[in-house]
Amino acid sequence: MASIKMPQLGESITEGTISKWLKKPGDPVKKYESLVEVITDKVNAEVPSPLNGVLKEITVQEGATVSVGTEIAIIDEVGGGREATPATASGAAREPQSVAAPAGQPAPPGETGSDQAPASGSEGRSRLSPAVRALLEEHKISDDELSRISGSGIGGRISKKDIEEFVVRRGRTAPDGGQRVAPDGDKQAATVAAAGDSLPLSPMRRAIAVNMAKSKQTIPHAWTVAEVDMTNVVRYRQQVKDTFKQREGVDLTYVPIVVKGVVEQLRATPILNASWGEDKVTLHREINIGVAVSVEDGLIVPVLHGADRMSIAGLARATDDLARRARAGKLTLQDVQGGTFTVNNPGTFGTILSYSIIAPGQAAILAMDAIVKRPVVVEGDAIAVRSMMNLCLSFDHRVLDGVSAARFLQGLRHWLEGFSEQVPLY
Amino acid sequence: MARQTVIEAIRQAMDEEMERDPSVFVIGEDVGRRGGVFLATDGLHKKYGEMRVIDSPLAESCIVGVAIGAAVNGMRPIAEIQFADFIAPAMNQIIEEAARFCYRTAGDFNLPMVIRAPWGGGVHGALYHSQSIEATFSHIPGLKVVAPGTPADARGLLKSAVRDPDPVLYLEHKRTYRLIRGEVPDGDGLVPIGKADVKREGKDLSLIAYGLMLQYCLEAAEKLAQDGVSAEVLDLRTIKPMDEAAVIATAKKTGKVLVVHEDNRFAGIAGEVIAVIMEHAFDSLDAPVMRLTAPDVPAMPFNHVLEEAFMPNVDKILAKARELAAY
Repeated sequence: MASIKMPQLGESITEGTISKWLKKPGDPVKKYESLVEVITDKVNAEVPSPLNGVLKEITVQEGATVSVGTEIAIIDEVGGGREATPATASGAAREPQSVAAPAGQPAPPGETGSDQAPASGSEGRSRLSPAVRALLEEHKISDDELSRISGSGIGGRISKKDIEEFVVRRGRTAPDGGQRVAPDGDKQAATVAAAGDSLPLSPMRRAIAVNMAKSKQTIPHAWTVAEVDMTNVVRYRQQVKDTFKQREGVDLTYVPIVVKGVVEQLRATPILNASWGEDKVTLHREINIGVAVSVEDGLIVPVLHGADRMSIAGLARATDDLARRARAGKLTLQDVQGGTFTVNNPGTFGTILSYSIIAPGQAAILAMDAIVKRPVVVEGDAIAVRSMMNLCLSFDHRVLDGVSAARFLQGLRHWLEGFSEQVPLY
Repeated sequence: MARQTVIEAIRQAMDEEMERDPSVFVIGEDVGRRGGVFLATDGLHKKYGEMRVIDSPLAESCIVGVAIGAAVNGMRPIAEIQFADFIAPAMNQIIEEAARFCYRTAGDFNLPMVIRAPWGGGVHGALYHSQSIEATFSHIPGLKVVAPGTPADARGLLKSAVRDPDPVLYLEHKRTYRLIRGEVPDGDGLVPIGKADVKREGKDLSLIAYGLMLQYCLEAAEKLAQDGVSAEVLDLRTIKPMDEAAVIATAKKTGKVLVVHEDNRFAGIAGEVIAVIMEHAFDSLDAPVMRLTAPDVPAMPFNHVLEEAFMPNVDKILAKARELAAY
């Protein structure tokens, strides 16, 4: 018999929720056949069976959240003669190769969720020293409590001292001898909430919270805005959008066009495609653009890998694919890791000035605000009606200065304002 | 209690042992009338005569060879190598004969001898007067290697080495000779071989060192205290046999360890200390064990800027310790 454990579906993931069992007790399962669907902070994944056998028992029911390594099922091995081997499904699960540059930042900007940090610190929270592990055991500290302890070490690492101080604090607040409050974060978010209710945190909500707080606390954000005349882009899109839709099957939105411009400018100003490390700045060779997508209960930022190798049409298709899969909960871990720059599009909701939060591990995030028609003074001091858009850039002032940010925005503005049918779609 | 320098403590130890035991004698280059290049044996020739304080030819293999022969015949020689850098010609005698004699004769013969060797840099001595040799000799089974860092330990360990039944390589850091002053106890003041000593108690991290580096670590610990970091300082004193229990105890206590030595990094003592910690204290570690050593370059440079770059010093220890504290 083999014990099937909750796999670790990514470096920093500590727990998963069983969304659906694909087999019932008594069903035969083949090696690599999907056994169960698991929801984590970042992705939903189907966990394959690590061996041939018969599903004997399900020990964690649908909807329950358990920490990584918890037994979730037992499989009777076919031919059963061998000793039980503890099996973790993770090996066969979709563990992506570490992508491109920064150790992996699925994290979205402005708002999304994942708790990965920049290269130097990415392991800070997830990597616990033997001394810390021993203390967690000794003081019966739960994962939930652990998630509330802020690490004082390099990259946010939780040190022995942090745990010792936590234990002292906990002792003070729980004079009854340390009885713990039931962890509320392990429950799934309630679907209907009335005013006055307190909402339990979903894994995504919690990850977003951790990530955004970390970004704002550690990155000195600077913010700058450029006003762009999008009239040429708007006209062009109007001309081609129907044939594009027919031909490609997806809408030509402003996002792939702006992303194309961003890629061009990142080539010219590579310091915006970079990561801060405590003693260095890493410039990334790959240009992987995260695109913020709102989903139920949060926001996720899948990544256009190799955006610099895609045409506008290719970017449109890839963006559409990622957005669909994000909303269907079908993103893989690889889809949300490895971003080097993020584009956010709050303008679809009519915003005109957005101050986005930088994804940890990246140097900047660009927000596209609403395109609105406004009277503008044009050449010859005439007043014309033009389609105007604000591009708001938040950047890590440790990595770059205002002049690079302004140069980037200026280049992007010129590129967009000079848009014409000469710019190849394919 | 008397305040002494390291060199005074060494001289007093030899004087006391020679007075106590007539089989103890000293042999080495210029140890007689000249009293040794560092004046370690100053006055002994006059007091004990040329039969017990012997000026040898400039031949280290001879010095050690004579000592081995005398020890086999019941004497307790103290052989002085003028600078540890010059010990190489005696290596065959030390490794092939002295270290293995007891084993080779199935315990019929012990070699109760001491080889004193001034070692280490920071004295502008360049290639031939600055080397660290402890790792080389610690690798040889059958040899004991001690490296005191304070006057009290210098005296107590030398006296224990003279009374020890086996060959002991006694390393005296020449920069500490007149730099370090300290209390030396009255009476015998023996310091056991194989026992480390916590020179400063602390709880946040441990600094492990010996010889001159011990002094630097103590200074660094003082500065760390001003930053609010409580550093424990463990003085190995005996490099071999290493006091593993003391190493493990401090690692378990603080969970963060920095080992400092002036010898080259590769296959150095720090590597051995760290291996002991990994084997026995892994579950207590809160950070990767770190080491600060001289680089793996062929020799101590003469140029004083380069010498400074080569040697670990208080600032380098502080920087590394802060890195460890912040981990």
